[in-house]
Amino acid sequence: MARQTTTGQRALVTAVAWGIGILISFPIIWTVLTSFKTEATAIASPPVWFSFDWTLQNYIDVNTRSDYARYFMNSVVISIGSTLLGLAVAIPAAWSMAFQPTKNTKNVLMWMLSTKMMPAVGVLVPVYMGLRSMGLLDSRTALVIIMMLMNLPIIVWMLFTYFREIPGEILEAARMDGANLRNEIIYVLTPMTVPGIASTLLLNVILAWNEAFWTLNLTTTNAAPLTAFIASFSSPQGLFYAKLSAASTMAIAPILILGWFSQKQLVRGLTFGAVK
Amino acid sequence: MTTTFRILMGATALCASAGIAAAQDVTLTVATVNNGDMIRMQGLTGEFEAVHPGIKIEWVTLEENVLREKVTTDIATNGGQYDVMTIGTYEVPIWGRQDWLKPLEMSAEYDVDDLLPAIREALSVDGTLYAAPFYGESAMVMYRTDLMEAAGLEMPEEPTWDFIRQAAEAMHDPDNGVFGICLRGKAGWGENMALLTSMANSFGGKWFDAEWVPQFDQPAWNAAMSYYVDIMTNYGPPGASTNGFNENLALFQTGKCGMWYDATVAAGFVTDPDDSTVADKVGFAQAPSAEGGQKANWLWAWSLAIPASSENPEAAQTFIEWATSKGYTELVAEKEGWLAVPPGTRTSLYGNPEYTKVAPFAEMTLAAINSANPGSPTVDEVPYVGAQYVAIPEFQGIATTIGQLFSAAVTGQTSVEEALTAAQATATREMRRAGYPK
Repeated sequence: MARQTTTGQRALVTAVAWGIGILISFPIIWTVLTSFKTEATAIASPPVWFSFDWTLQNYIDVNTRSDYARYFMNSVVISIGSTLLGLAVAIPAAWSMAFQPTKNTKNVLMWMLSTKMMPAVGVLVPVYMGLRSMGLLDSRTALVIIMMLMNLPIIVWMLFTYFREIPGEILEAARMDGANLRNEIIYVLTPMTVPGIASTLLLNVILAWNEAFWTLNLTTTNAAPLTAFIASFSSPQGLFYAKLSAASTMAIAPILILGWFSQKQLVRGLTFGAVK
Repeated sequence: MTTTFRILMGATALCASAGIAAAQDVTLTVATVNNGDMIRMQGLTGEFEAVHPGIKIEWVTLEENVLREKVTTDIATNGGQYDVMTIGTYEVPIWGRQDWLKPLEMSAEYDVDDLLPAIREALSVDGTLYAAPFYGESAMVMYRTDLMEAAGLEMPEEPTWDFIRQAAEAMHDPDNGVFGICLRGKAGWGENMALLTSMANSFGGKWFDAEWVPQFDQPAWNAAMSYYVDIMTNYGPPGASTNGFNENLALFQTGKCGMWYDATVAAGFVTDPDDSTVADKVGFAQAPSAEGGQKANWLWAWSLAIPASSENPEAAQTFIEWATSKGYTELVAEKEGWLAVPPGTRTSLYGNPEYTKVAPFAEMTLAAINSANPGSPTVDEVPYVGAQYVAIPEFQGIATTIGQLFSAAVTGQTSVEEALTAAQATATREMRRAGYPK
């Protein structure tokens, strides 16, 4: 039943919501605005909001200096590849823990999560040396695997919580009808948890897209994704804020657009199972 | 011979020659920082490849700290991802001693004796050159000539810290958005600690004595820190404790600073009318000194070196010789004008009237670099080299922690005495852990 609200209350709530929304997205809005300024206006104080000579020069400069398409393709391959690989491993893992729990299931889940608690830099040197001896430094393969391992605990956890919402009886019924394990997972379980899987997929693509430790440290030229593209425009000695903003805008635009189109799925997935 | 056969033969020949060309082709991976001069070099890659058809250049351009982390990992694990690395005077002596870098033996044509002596010394270990300087810098005072005149003062060529304080007080006019002096306050070994180490040197201080005992409890550091905190809080811009090179550059370019003491490379930026609103009102002076002491010593050179793990050392050497040669300077001058050439590496550049004509800061930059003495940076004798840093591997970590303590002193969270006591304790503990004296 809807709660009764006055127009005044509604206006207040709307205003607060907008306020918070703008506050959260302010850094991104400011970056996009700065990318259309000249370097001199970018550092002007007090800051200039909208009344400046809009220019595309920064985008032209950034594209002349760097091959955006190459970085972009690497980002796409690494983020999507690692997520799909992660799902392939995590779906069976989450199935077994959700439907065949043992007394250690909880510990296993916690142990998986604990791998996220160590700072990544702690294993940088061993990982680097391992990849060097396998000849995998600066390769997409290495990054797909590393990103998959990085995000696997999150994928398993998310899928586990979604799977747990599914009544075990439905799967039992499928088994009664003669479905084997493979068919049970592919034709019964997966379709029912599509919103959950979709939001896991999206969230992990975003996480892998934005990951800036491994992607920077394990690549040089061939496999360098958009994080390296941004880092190449940042400088502690010299003011290139407008160019840096243009590079950042180009790097976040694809993922922002993806998020925009899939926000319904994302929200549905994140609140999946809230109302029974 | 049938036509088809002829075509086939031709195709085979083409493939074969392509195969030979491919076998000779060497691709060099060059890691560099995102500074204006390096971006210019990147733009001139085509010129190099035209002269050396067998060598292709792949660039990895990164922000300084990201680059340092990456190349350090690679060189320490013998990763072999890079053929040429851009590193500074801090790394060269440490890495050279570890045999991580290939010694450079330049051709006669390169004229190694033309390199500025202070820079050459900073890039050598026991007389062997391990990196070639791409551009060099020291530090100097940049000031607003119009504000100085309005204050009724005249900047001496070699100011003292007392004069700087007097001028800062006279020029300070916060109601009109002008602050007497802008100095680095942002914590970091390459940010506020570069400034403070050089300031302490000029007050007669040092990081360690001959036995590697930290010296933050000595009067010289107290004098330097008290002076620094005093002028920063009284005549500095608000929020000075978060200002680094870039923030101060932006402030100076928009006319908010009376004076700025920082790296000489800033001179080119603040006199550039495209970016700076005060381009025609900037004067230069040497690094300040304390009464009877020496100048605040500062020397840095971004340099090109070959990691020992490179698979193409010959081609890498060819590239380094090209990029740091007199010929490269002339190439840049021809393409983009003399103001755009990388400064601070060669004596011949400062004898070139075409350069000194367009660069009003040339003479001051040369004097600043020549007066720096990284081999013996302090008044007393010390067991280390380095002017605004100490060239030991532990320095980055210790100086970053101490930089945070000193930054807190600027905000007033702690007193100068507390900050120095904490710094002494940190440095003593870390040096003991690292096993000094060695």
